[in-house]
Amino acid sequence: MNGTRTAVNTGTRKRIARRIKRILMDNWQLWILMIPAVVATFIFNYVPMYGIQIAFKNYKIKKGIMGSAWVGLKYFRLFLGTPSFGVMLRNTLALSVFQLALFPVNVIAALMINELRSEKYKKVVQMISYAPHFMSVVVICGMIRLFFAKDNGIVNNLIAMLGGRRVDYLSSGTAFRYLYVLSGVWQDLGWGTIIYLATLANVPQDQVEAAIIDGASRLQIVRHINVPHILPTAITLFIMAAGKVLSVGYEKILLLQNNLNLGASQVFSTYVYQVGLQGGEYSLSTAVDLFNCVVNIIVLTGVNFITKRASGVSLW
Amino acid sequence: MVKARKNNLIRRSKGDVVFDVVNFVLITIMTLLIIYPIYYTIIVSFSDIDAVATGKVTYRPVNFSLEAYSYALRQPRIGSGYLNSFIYTAGSILWGLFITLPLAYAMSKKYLFAKGVISWFFIITMYFSGGMIPCYLLRRDLHLLNNRLVLILGALSTYNMVIARTYFQNSIPDELYESAKCDGASEFRCFFTIALPLAAPIIAVLALYFGVAQWNSYFHAMIYLSSADKFPLQLVLHTLLNASMQALTSAESGSLTSGEALDLMRQAKIAETMKYSMIFISSAPLLIAYPFVQKFFIKGMMIGALKG
Repeated sequence: MNGTRTAVNTGTRKRIARRIKRILMDNWQLWILMIPAVVATFIFNYVPMYGIQIAFKNYKIKKGIMGSAWVGLKYFRLFLGTPSFGVMLRNTLALSVFQLALFPVNVIAALMINELRSEKYKKVVQMISYAPHFMSVVVICGMIRLFFAKDNGIVNNLIAMLGGRRVDYLSSGTAFRYLYVLSGVWQDLGWGTIIYLATLANVPQDQVEAAIIDGASRLQIVRHINVPHILPTAITLFIMAAGKVLSVGYEKILLLQNNLNLGASQVFSTYVYQVGLQGGEYSLSTAVDLFNCVVNIIVLTGVNFITKRASGVSLW
Repeated sequence: MVKARKNNLIRRSKGDVVFDVVNFVLITIMTLLIIYPIYYTIIVSFSDIDAVATGKVTYRPVNFSLEAYSYALRQPRIGSGYLNSFIYTAGSILWGLFITLPLAYAMSKKYLFAKGVISWFFIITMYFSGGMIPCYLLRRDLHLLNNRLVLILGALSTYNMVIARTYFQNSIPDELYESAKCDGASEFRCFFTIALPLAAPIIAVLALYFGVAQWNSYFHAMIYLSSADKFPLQLVLHTLLNASMQALTSAESGSLTSGEALDLMRQAKIAETMKYSMIFISSAPLLIAYPFVQKFFIKGMMIGALKG
């Protein structure tokens, strides 16, 4: 009895050993190829995650991350208790909901570009409309600040020429929201159509021909064939956009922010920058960042769950 | 679709003609709205500063002048900014390819052991990060602050890795590797002599992605670099755009003699037009290269969309 069991065990062990040897033979060079990426990711992504603990500590530069004293949720309470928390939440939501509300603009633009009769003109339109995507935020915001300047911006010049009064857009909170969101639309209007146009290129021709024979107008073909055809793509992209609802682009906001529009332009990520890197309050800043990151993950998971139930389209 | 309809003999109905005309007009307006701000920036930068200050420039340069450019190019940091940006861009392209391509190749293999775990190791970084301060502290501890390498060495872009992996999986047939292996080629040999040469299109796509991202970024430079001679062009541009605002406000404050005030007012006007020219100077490399490279971007976007 005992003897057979040992024999079986050695048999399996040999098989396992052989398998491991096979895996090593097949894989060791692949693993070496992965080393640069794994090391870079470990250092630049995972080591900072270890640093998150300073959100729960009273971080002192001299004591270092390990040596600083634990303070529990002190900084989270401090942050959630400040009146600016409500303001930042409202600002973040206002910006991203506004952005999401304009989500269909790209879809409509793609449907329209797709219907252009001249292929040459289509190419020209695409070429021009993709260009702003490649401009930097510094340039875009520089242009916004020049165009909407009160004294000599082209927009105010136009208003003045038409007999209106000059408006100081750059220091108004409401105007900030419009400038931020609409400049984003301007920048990615064309670029956002690429995926839809590619999907539209695969619209089944027999359906279109059948519709034409049945006397469908162009508008009807667009509505009943093209729109349903790109809907799944649009939903997927919408989930991805909705999941980022609390992470608005702080690099751009920082460039448009000034003391006068702070009431509308202060969001979590700009606060992280100001409190942490400008104010030196590392622990508080990290707590806000962590809060923001966790809420983002919850929102993405939630949106994904809802759309999966409602439409069957999901990211995971 | 359009082609098919153009060639068939069914006459377009009145409604369809209206549809085409409306569509054409709306798209033309849209395109003009997109191009005009860029066009306007360019024509202002080539116009006379007084014409700009009085708002006369609308659809063509007024009193063509290169004055704004001569001032812009005399700004102390423009030259070094250009040079730095080229260094950072080239550096981050090389670094990005170095960490992305071998990983993408390995990840494209079905027989890679523990592939799921390795995927998660990278996917987690897309959703969860240490945040601004821990990243800053890391660079401080690595003595990378105010070091040029800080803008070059960085994290992997998982999204771009997925694009490259998809390309390796779908565009290079397995049979090539199999026959090479029968002839005794190792994985290294397969990677360097089969996969890399065949991956030229995707390498171009990734290089452009990394390059444009680096060329256009200012934020990391702003938080990690402190000496102005290391600033990339975008950060120089950012500081110059802010600095000239101050010149303008001090000229308007009126605490100066009239001669000085006039002089400052003129400088303020120059500064104003110069901003347009600096915007053009800093975007010129991309705007010039753009028509030739746009197809690569779209290609990368399509590969990403297939998978993503």
